[in-house]
Amino acid sequence: MEANYPMKSRLSSIIDAFLPVLATLAALLVGAIMLIILKVNPLVAYKALWDGAFGSTNAIAETLVKATPFLMVGLGICISFRGNVMNIGGEGQMIVGAIFATWVGLNVQGLPGWLLITLAMLAGVVGGGIWGGIPGFLKAYFNVNEILSTIMMNAIAIQLMNFLLRGPMIDPEQAKASSLIPQTARLADVYRLPRLAPTRLHLGALIAAILAVLVYLLLWRTTLGYRIRAVGENPDAAKYGGVKVRRYVVIALLLSGAFAGLAGATQVFGVNYRIITDGSSTGFTGNAGFNGIVAALFGQLHPILTIPASILFGGLLVGANTMQRVVQVPSALITALNGLVVIFVVSSDIWRKKRQRRREVVALQMNEPPDNSTNAKETGA
Amino acid sequence: MISDLFSTTVIIGIISSGIRLATPYLYAALGETLGQRSGVLNLGVEGQMLLGAFAAFYVALETGSLWGGVLAALLVGAVLGLAMAFVTNTLHAAQGISGIGFYLFGLGMSNLLFQKMIGTVETVQGFPKIYIPVLSDIPGIGEIFFSHNILVYIAFFLVPVASFVLNKTTLGLKIRAVGENPLAADSLGVNVIRVRYFTVILGGMLSALGGASLSIALLNVFQQNMTSGLGFIAVALVYFGGWRPWGVLGGALLFSMVNSLQLWIQVLGIPIPSEIALMMPYILTILVLVVSISKVRGPSALSKPFERGD
Repeated sequence: MEANYPMKSRLSSIIDAFLPVLATLAALLVGAIMLIILKVNPLVAYKALWDGAFGSTNAIAETLVKATPFLMVGLGICISFRGNVMNIGGEGQMIVGAIFATWVGLNVQGLPGWLLITLAMLAGVVGGGIWGGIPGFLKAYFNVNEILSTIMMNAIAIQLMNFLLRGPMIDPEQAKASSLIPQTARLADVYRLPRLAPTRLHLGALIAAILAVLVYLLLWRTTLGYRIRAVGENPDAAKYGGVKVRRYVVIALLLSGAFAGLAGATQVFGVNYRIITDGSSTGFTGNAGFNGIVAALFGQLHPILTIPASILFGGLLVGANTMQRVVQVPSALITALNGLVVIFVVSSDIWRKKRQRRREVVALQMNEPPDNSTNAKETGA
Repeated sequence: MISDLFSTTVIIGIISSGIRLATPYLYAALGETLGQRSGVLNLGVEGQMLLGAFAAFYVALETGSLWGGVLAALLVGAVLGLAMAFVTNTLHAAQGISGIGFYLFGLGMSNLLFQKMIGTVETVQGFPKIYIPVLSDIPGIGEIFFSHNILVYIAFFLVPVASFVLNKTTLGLKIRAVGENPLAADSLGVNVIRVRYFTVILGGMLSALGGASLSIALLNVFQQNMTSGLGFIAVALVYFGGWRPWGVLGGALLFSMVNSLQLWIQVLGIPIPSEIALMMPYILTILVLVVSISKVRGPSALSKPFERGD
């Protein structure tokens, strides 16, 4: 965490925020080399990428649609990582949240649309919360490493989804036809999140943005958030200060899972209106469980900064789809590019730290007493 | 039908395939163990495995040389390991997330290369079962232990080797020191960065070899995303095994035996839904962890970049 003085100037903050952008450009440069090897003109390709991501109202809408689950998952990650709990289980938590929400949407009758949607979203929160709470509980009371357990829970969730989608929750239409595509029935029209027609941008995006502000308030303006952060930064000190560390470990993972569950529910109610999969998890989640982690880390685990980070990723992936169609490169190239962007942006952090160091050195120099007495100097590190 | 499970042939089959199935997990997890003992968390194992699998398969397909494939995989793994080491040790990037970046890169590149360079489903003649004159003929035991291909034997052989190196050699001491207290190690003259480069590159090579074991020894085919999470499970197995090679072996065998069991359940047509069966290895791993209540702590410096004057 940063020293308290000298205060980072606004300009400094802006430059720091731009480093990920520069890094992304560097990654795209490497991607250009790969494109050339594939005999594709990189300029044409990247123009298609840009157009697909931000080139029209519809493009921007699609970008925001893609970014919404990244943001929601990312907000949960901000909470858990700040509690020093590594939640890698976003994929599984999204899936379980979606399952709970879809079940409500398909089985609860006779309620006005908005009430049912709210209930379904809550169901998603509960589902994801349970799926995150279990590893949290195991970590707090049984010392089970959460990286291990959340990865396992992902795999279990995928199988659960496949089982339900091929069996108990399968679309009755599919069961009758023999195509047996694993998907649930379609949600009734009145149960869908309102859209900003004629685009696909749905209410979920706005909900996510509001949640970002709420998470910021949670982490820095509530006792709960303070305790989570305390446990994350120094569990021994927190325990000494009276914080029940174990409880907050569970809470951190539970909340994190809840956000991912909401992301899953929003995907179903805002985009596809059903759960549909190809057997792996990415068919449904679009890797949002992972990209959400990346978005949060790009945003330095700050909920507000996670917003632009999610939009960046959303834009990258949406634009890449367009690029793929226009210049006919396999989508696998996009996945590889996704990876390169992650690596480059994470690597660029070193320059942010170097600049931080320089500020600290300047602070030391500024604080030197005018005489030569050897007071022990407390620096603000 | 469930009684079918208890016939000798089936039990022998389950154990035998369990041992085989453990091979890729073993390679990847042993490599990751070395890296983590030196303080580096590598979540990109899956990507390294996929690219290693592809490299081995492609070279074997085009040249007919299986060992050429192995060499190709080792090379690819070394390059990826070098990149990972550079990013985490020289650029001090956050380890967890850079690993995920390498995973996505490896997944995308292996799919891309497959589509562009091979394109259709092909198979190779993989490493054959090795026939050991007396031992392979022992009924039961012979099939379980002594009729596997060379890559399986190498994987299991690496366990005592890794344990010996880690615990009884100077190199191992350096690795462990660097993972526990890099500052102290540095003050005693150990080149922390060089040790970490070594373990991460070696880890990459082993992961890639694990991938190769899938494509040119066990399955003899390459499919897109053929590891399907195996690399992540291998990382999990390192924690499960308490960062010790023999513990990792136990974890890999446990996981693979249950995997093998559920495969045979499906083959025998026992009416357990396949998805529930597929869940079993993961659930069991978690349960065993809960029950073991082990207080084994990981390397203290795990996932913290090292800088002099920290």
